Amino acid sequence: MMGRTIFIDPGRCIGCQACVSACRECDSHRGKSMIHLDYTDEGQSVASLPTVCMHCEDPVAPCAEVCPADAILITADGVVQQADTTRCIGCANCVNACPFGVPKIDLQAKLQMKCNLCYDRTAYGLAPMCATVCPTGALFYGTIEELRAERPGVQVADTFVFGETEVRTGVAMVVPAEKVQWPVPGGLPVVEINGKDVRR
Amino acid sequence: MTADTPAADRRTVIPLDPSLAPPGTRGFRDAGGIPADQWHADQNGETLVPTHCCFCGVQCGMYLRVDRGGKVFGVEPRNHDINRMRLCPKGINAYQQVNHPDRLTAPLMRRSRDEDFQEVSWDEALDFTVSEIKRIQLAHGNDAFGLLGGASLFSEKTYLVGKFARVALKSRHVDYNGRLCMVSAAGANKLAFGIDRAGNPFSDILLTDCLLIAGSNLGECFPVMTQYVWGARDRGASLIVVDPRETAIARTADIHVALKPGTDSAFFNSVLHVVVEEGLTDTAYLAAHTTGWDEVRAKAAEYPPARAAEICGIPAEQIVQVARTFARAPKAMAWHARGIEHHSQGVENCLSVINLCAATGHIGKPGAGYGTITGQGNGQGGREHGQKSDLLPGGRSIMNEEHRRQICEIWGIEEAELPPAGTSMMEMVWQMQRREIRGLIGICNNPFVSLPNYQVVKEGYDATEFHAQFDFFLSETAANAHVVFPVTTWAEDEGVMANAEARVVKHNKAQDPPPGVRTDTWVMCELARRLGAGDKFAFADSREVFDELRIASAGTVNDYYGITYERLEETGGIVWPCPSTDHPGTPRLFEDGKTYHPDGKIHMQAVEWHVPMDPYDDEHPMSLTTGRTVAHFLSGNQTRRLGALVEQTPRPWAEIHPSHGFRNGEPVRVVTRRGSEVFPALVTEAIRPDTVFIPYHWPVPTAANALTIDALDPRSKIPEYKVCACRIEHAAAIDEVPAPPVAPGHVAYPETQVSRTDPLPPTAPQGRGTSERS
Ligand code: SF4
Ligand code: SF4
Repeated sequence: MMGRTIFIDPGRCIGCQACVSACRECDSHRGKSMIHLDYTDEGQSVASLPTVCMHCEDPVAPCAEVCPADAILITADGVVQQADTTRCIGCANCVNACPFGVPKIDLQAKLQMKCNLCYDRTAYGLAPMCATVCPTGALFYGTIEELRAERPGVQVADTFVFGETEVRTGVAMVVPAEKVQWPVPGGLPVVEINGKDVRR
Repeated sequence: MTADTPAADRRTVIPLDPSLAPPGTRGFRDAGGIPADQWHADQNGETLVPTHCCFCGVQCGMYLRVDRGGKVFGVEPRNHDINRMRLCPKGINAYQQVNHPDRLTAPLMRRSRDEDFQEVSWDEALDFTVSEIKRIQLAHGNDAFGLLGGASLFSEKTYLVGKFARVALKSRHVDYNGRLCMVSAAGANKLAFGIDRAGNPFSDILLTDCLLIAGSNLGECFPVMTQYVWGARDRGASLIVVDPRETAIARTADIHVALKPGTDSAFFNSVLHVVVEEGLTDTAYLAAHTTGWDEVRAKAAEYPPARAAEICGIPAEQIVQVARTFARAPKAMAWHARGIEHHSQGVENCLSVINLCAATGHIGKPGAGYGTITGQGNGQGGREHGQKSDLLPGGRSIMNEEHRRQICEIWGIEEAELPPAGTSMMEMVWQMQRREIRGLIGICNNPFVSLPNYQVVKEGYDATEFHAQFDFFLSETAANAHVVFPVTTWAEDEGVMANAEARVVKHNKAQDPPPGVRTDTWVMCELARRLGAGDKFAFADSREVFDELRIASAGTVNDYYGITYERLEETGGIVWPCPSTDHPGTPRLFEDGKTYHPDGKIHMQAVEWHVPMDPYDDEHPMSLTTGRTVAHFLSGNQTRRLGALVEQTPRPWAEIHPSHGFRNGEPVRVVTRRGSEVFPALVTEAIRPDTVFIPYHWPVPTAANALTIDALDPRSKIPEYKVCACRIEHAAAIDEVPAPPVAPGHVAYPETQVSRTDPLPPTAPQGRGTSERS
């Protein structure tokens, strides 16, 4: 599977938004956060879930595929970079193409911005800002082996289905150990709804 | 007494296993460890200054990023033992207050409250203050002038507050805002163990088999501690959470006891009842290490689960389940916070938790023990060295002849000159209302937001003839003052704080203060000099104060003698007692089964539950309870000015159950016997139907503390913030959140104004879901 990457464990998230604040501090898009924090079951539960860029591998980054200006580059180690500011024309094709709803457009600057896995930090052996600070480990940066050493028996998924399309991602999500782990629908680690298998 | 006599040497001290890092943190690299030329930001001449967060009692390590011009401009996570690079949103944004446009940079002064503030010179402000102190004391006696300190100050400064009040002001009236924080736990620990601190370090949580969290919204108030909780969970530990609300930490608990506010000691007595009934007590431990067990057991017998279930509004089976889970666990721990401490029976609540730990033998072992989590950064250290009305440095009692003599010797004053004990913070406000205290200096506190029953507080402060405040922003309280002294932030001075584990950590200076700003130490010493006590306050800086503090604590239970700045820098923190400079500190207490009482026993105390002070009736049938949100700190004077935190949680709300028929965001009026205010409703099933929750970081007219009651615990004098009677009504419009006050000449900071006018609560503040999407 993947090398060092982010693992998202919604079960641990306390919704504190430290990741959101930390993302603003990252030098590659200082002042703007690229993280979405969603509340999955509002009114019933306090559960929350962070979304960072999933760094799609197969098919390779839909955002990059649809970019008419070739502004979104992918590094050899699979990191989908944010749009190159000298090329981006602010057309928002990437926003529409991303199945996880990740890229953002700065309307005034007409520029796309997205999580680039803190390339400025990971290149020097530092973890991405969000995963570094996350007080609960809901965002974990490392290898699957490192994750399993910390959390014995943890199950992760890196393949998600959107209708007919299957997307394999570079960032993985922790799924409940007792559930079949993949592919999971809609980017959420759900395999059954009301007793019905929703994987097909 | 010589400082080198190690009083605590009879204890075997086992240093912590350094491999006990919280989970998920071992592979992390720390930017501080990367050579400057290999990290791109450093090419700009940036330096990283290692220090700690200024906010809560976790005291996370962080680096402040300092630019070539010597200004703080950012934060970088730091691989410190406490937090292993983790930070919460407050910690991440804290650096923004250092060079914030709202900073006070010149003393403000006015001769009466009808005038506007004028910027004046330091000499003018100091002279006016000293002349007012002298005038009031000459006319009404020394005790007519009071001093209120704060537990966000470095320990050196809290030591100076206590000394300044007694030696320079010669007044008995000194207290501090830690009185509003964890003094109930402090009182209970002192009664039971003879020492006032948590028994175990955070890392012991990783070793426990059962973790009981009582009255703590840990995920929001001490977010970085949750990594230890998850670590324990990964090992299979069970989690019990006692809280009226389903907080983020309660959501994942094995047992969430959603009891009615103000019923904690009935619950814990009943748990103990079941423990006894089912033969789950540790009889050998009780016999060898405790006193008072017979009375405790007899009292617990009066609380069978059926009775407690009715009082607490929970199923009786849950009590049995908690008793079995906690008592049968090979190692169990209890951590508590304001939820059980902010009560008129706060000391009793804490004692009832201690009784449970003692009866089951879960004390003084790796993974077994108790702890209390401090709200303010220096909530622990802030009371250890004489800032509290009844304490002298080293936790000595001001009523004890021997202790008084020791301190007078160190301070070089006559025993007759040392005033007796004063009153607590809330009582001082009542005295201000009655004009018994006519002048006041406040240092690092904001009672206009943080004390209960706002009307009384306002009346008290308005009645003072002279009021001065030390602060770096113009707080709601400072806006009432005659003189405001602009002082340093935590990043502009060095000093120590003790976190919730009683681990003393050192904060380092990252930048010079802006021109016009002085350290609190300098201001106190300068005032003392002008009051004629200059020879007792000849301190150049924090380091000199710390050296006197070390000596003043030597030989006491709170022994800091062996802690030096150099050792703190080397080790990253030392847990007191630390009696000599080669002593490793004492992270875990009672490992030899001995407490700090002369007989070495745990003094268990029988606890009787009583109804909260504000009774329910037909007009006020519900409980109002208050608490924090993760984005804000205490009175919000600091965090309500930081754009990201304001955006995260722009305003308070009233959290209510769907059964009341309100729609999300609809105006709801919350009425208590003190007054009423209107908040947007946050409708959620995560709260009991008979309870309303309001976060307390905002001023009137959106202040939870305009509604809470100023009833006090008779022993600890902590106010009963966590329960009062209320009702809710439909209302026409929502009260607007006022912007934080700023000094004349400053404009409101635009970034923090954006969301303030938004009438809706955040869709789901900090993960507390609403029942409808807005
Ligand atoms: S920092 Fe971690 S726990 Fe906090 S909201 Fe983000 S993912 Fe959740
Ligand atoms: S507020 Fe507390 S938990 Fe948050 S960073 Fe500061 S010390 Fe850590």
